[in-house]
Amino acid sequence: MRAAAATPSFADEALFVQQLRKHYGGAAVVDGLSFSIRRGECYALLGPNGAGKTTTLRCCLGLTQPDGGAIRLVGEPVPGQARRARIRVGVVPQMDSLDPDFTVAENLLVYGRYYGLADRYVAERLPALLEFASLAHKRDARIGELSGGMKRRLTLARALVNDPEFIFMDEPTTGLDPQARHLIWDRLKQLLARGKTILLTTHFMDEAERLADRLAVIDHGRMIAEGAPHALIAAHIEPQVIEIFGDGARDWADSTGRHLAARLEVTGDTVFCYSTDPSTVMQALEAWPALRYLHRPANLEDLFLKLTGREMRAES
Amino acid sequence: MSAVLATVARGDWALPRVSLRFVPVWRRNFLVWRKLFVERLLTNVVEPLLTIVAFGYGLGSLLPMVEGVTYLQFLATGSIAMSVMYSAKFEALWGAFSRMHVQKTWDAILHTPLSVDDLLLGEIVWAASKATFTAACILSMIWLLGIAREPLSLLVLPAAFFIALVFAAMALIVNAVARSYDLLSNYFTVIVMPLVFLSGVYFPLAQLPDWLRSVAEWLPMTAAVDLVRPLALGRWPMNGARDIVLLCVWGASCYYIALALTRRRLLK
Repeated sequence: MRAAAATPSFADEALFVQQLRKHYGGAAVVDGLSFSIRRGECYALLGPNGAGKTTTLRCCLGLTQPDGGAIRLVGEPVPGQARRARIRVGVVPQMDSLDPDFTVAENLLVYGRYYGLADRYVAERLPALLEFASLAHKRDARIGELSGGMKRRLTLARALVNDPEFIFMDEPTTGLDPQARHLIWDRLKQLLARGKTILLTTHFMDEAERLADRLAVIDHGRMIAEGAPHALIAAHIEPQVIEIFGDGARDWADSTGRHLAARLEVTGDTVFCYSTDPSTVMQALEAWPALRYLHRPANLEDLFLKLTGREMRAES
Repeated sequence: MSAVLATVARGDWALPRVSLRFVPVWRRNFLVWRKLFVERLLTNVVEPLLTIVAFGYGLGSLLPMVEGVTYLQFLATGSIAMSVMYSAKFEALWGAFSRMHVQKTWDAILHTPLSVDDLLLGEIVWAASKATFTAACILSMIWLLGIAREPLSLLVLPAAFFIALVFAAMALIVNAVARSYDLLSNYFTVIVMPLVFLSGVYFPLAQLPDWLRSVAEWLPMTAAVDLVRPLALGRWPMNGARDIVLLCVWGASCYYIALALTRRRLLK
């Protein structure tokens, strides 16, 4: 699975994590996690809440002392040289941490000073940063006047104030409406086109599927799968899915579905039929007019549910 | 008690790593302060003015001379030290706690090349700067009202800065372990108020019973009053060297403890 680690020339690695371990009390939050990210790549960490995503991010930034393992971020060993690494890195945190007493422009100016940037340098970059965040018209607005999407975009612009080569994004679109999410996705694609490296955590499957070159599914601090989104789906999931709902869906599943589907899952009132040959399933459904169904290709969410869902936990 | 010891034992006791990177933290707080300057100026001037007028003129007219000066002079000059401590404490308690816990400003700062060590130093130096401004306000009032007008009293300003560093460091220990604003208020009532009453701001220490006075003599607030009052009256402090050493020991210890506990809290 770990093709990136097999071939890499050292200079190509933007982030290298090996056998990372972190315990709180007796519980392992990160338990022997290894992965590496190439320069210019978008890599996503997927996992349910509490899987260890944020702790992994904090370890990579040198904010949490790991109990074991090695980390190298933009060529610098972390936590040893975390400060030098952070000079070349940007972070979009999960929680809003904009300065409420400042305007949009002041937030960027003050943040630039933490990187040792001269006010004149940040002032020169300011129009481009505001343009990128679609906030040029809000330059002198207070933070309280901004919508949720605007705040996120400003946080993104803030993370770019030092022109970082590597950007950490911890659930960048959580809590945003669809329009706001699409705008953020568009900006992330622009950053990737400029050659930036991005580490993204998310629990939105469509987000990972759209943006990530490669992704890792983690749970209980361990990696369960890693690879390109479509390759992963192909490797773990039957290509076609039929979702069946309506009164009697469960009866249909018990009497007919089980024999036709390669794999079958029931969540609430919905039956998920995974199959390589969906036409036989759909033919059988014609005899059950009360049921409605949706036929679609398998996606990352199917993979995620298979790997981290009830089925997986029961086995382990 | 065992919970307190356990907290202390788990701190990160590496020596402080001091660097000039604390300056942007100071500048951030200064920019906020500048924006709210007018409101803040009012608190800085009105509160001490009330103390001086009510207690100094009102109560003072009933009292005899205290330690060779009028009670008004005694109280007004002592209240500089008190206001410096209050100012530093407020900033390092409510101000710092809001930035750390509510606004997440500290989280944002720690994502940059700054460390917890830089952050705390910036907060302490900022609190001391603000407290020095408070001292300057009161000192100008004392000059304007003609309570005392001695050139030597300008030395009150560097003394105020130095004293405020100590009290800001002390307050940041509380900040490091506080879970809500409640603990900050409790600390103020249980620790800070007694410090003030035992410090000699309102009455000379000689009025205290012997055992209590011998305790008070080792307290930082007492040393602060002992240092500031003579300077404001235009005299050299009698025990200046002892006061400075005592405050240095308090300040350095508090800074080290605050740093260890804050690292523990933020870098877990």
